[in-house]
Amino acid sequence: MKVELIINGKKCIFDLEPNILLLNLLRDKMDLTGSKYGCGIGECGACTVLLDGEAVLACMILAVDVDGHNVDTIEGLAEGDKLHPIQEAYLEEDAIQCGFCTPGFIMSTTALLKENKDPSEAEIRNYLQGNICRCTGYVNIIKAVQNAAKRMNKK
Amino acid sequence: MSINNHNTHILPKFEYYSPKNIEEACKILSELPEDSKILAGGTDLIPKMKEGVLKPKNIINIKQIQGLSGIQEKDNCIIIGANTKIRDIEKNLIIQKKADILHQATKKIGSVQIRNIATIGGNICNASPAADGVAALIALNAEISIIGVKKKKTIKLEAFFKGPGKTILNKEEILTEIKFPVPEPGSYGYYCKLGRVSLDLATVSLAVQLKMVDEKVENIIIVSGSVAPTPLRLYNIENLCINKKITNDLIDEVAEKISREIKPISDTRASADYRYLAIKGLAKEAFSQILEKSRGTR
Repeated sequence: MKVELIINGKKCIFDLEPNILLLNLLRDKMDLTGSKYGCGIGECGACTVLLDGEAVLACMILAVDVDGHNVDTIEGLAEGDKLHPIQEAYLEEDAIQCGFCTPGFIMSTTALLKENKDPSEAEIRNYLQGNICRCTGYVNIIKAVQNAAKRMNKK
Repeated sequence: MSINNHNTHILPKFEYYSPKNIEEACKILSELPEDSKILAGGTDLIPKMKEGVLKPKNIINIKQIQGLSGIQEKDNCIIIGANTKIRDIEKNLIIQKKADILHQATKKIGSVQIRNIATIGGNICNASPAADGVAALIALNAEISIIGVKKKKTIKLEAFFKGPGKTILNKEEILTEIKFPVPEPGSYGYYCKLGRVSLDLATVSLAVQLKMVDEKVENIIIVSGSVAPTPLRLYNIENLCINKKITNDLIDEVAEKISREIKPISDTRASADYRYLAIKGLAKEAFSQILEKSRGTR
């Protein structure tokens, strides 16, 4: 099937079998390996990407089903060598240990800060429930989200 | 042995259909064999396919069908299209203001990422006895509309389920909309559930929607999830509350008697004994919260 997607702002055209998952398209056909295959059943959030600006799980969506839509991944956040403020905040707060969950967390954070410019700790914890960090570095992740909110509100 | 017998990132092959209108969808469904599945959000279907629990030969995506999503208020009823995303219901101001119990329940479904994909029609048709949205909708006295090749029918939501994963839907039929009366002034609702973490399916859940007149319960619907093969109306407890004031004594009596009304099993999430006890706590929480809300608005 012919499928047309806008991935990180770039129009891409594919000829796909219907059983290809959006995550496999991104990782295998586009080499966008930031989004990870974690649990595969919607528990871990490691495959979180933005679909038309909303956080979704790329491992549960058929690629043919998002024909004509916008998909944004972690690779699209930075502008050249200049990291996105959320990425800078995660680095500054040491909110990364093994790094496997980080792209998913950062994409969820992007969606959160778009909806709520100054979230409380409770709101952050609530919104990020769909992302699991198995190194359990949650305290620093919360700090990173607060740090990112400050950076983005200053601009 | 197929490599797809365990959770895998490669889905088995299937034929894919994406009808543009409901007539076309029903026609496709009626012509295809039984091993066909409707795809809405896919948050239940896709994991089941990865784990090999379901191996549909045909997938019919109903997301391209116009007019199956959206929330509107009409003739004192709220109508929700089957394809409406859970997250859109959660954020909807009509629901927040007029059907608070559904707002509470949708907030408790999965994660933000799941709610951005999953649909209310899928939450219903998946027929899980644990479905959060379903318990709240039954408590709101919801009806559902079903369209087949030639006929359309409307039934009570609580009559839709036959068992875990089983509904009265025929293979060529599609659930199109959910409708319930706007709760009258003096109505209060509360939805609560227990799970290991908030993302979990409910281990036990309870939805209570009631209307009070002069502090007395005029009508009430109580629904419990994960305590029977289908979401369960607790008629005896409802009758116990009718025409009574909600007092601490009544709450104690409800908690005392509610365990007798449920038929739980032991499974991976909890033992039946745990559920018999836990439902008492949920009953106390729900009725106390409703009492508090009713005092707050008087």
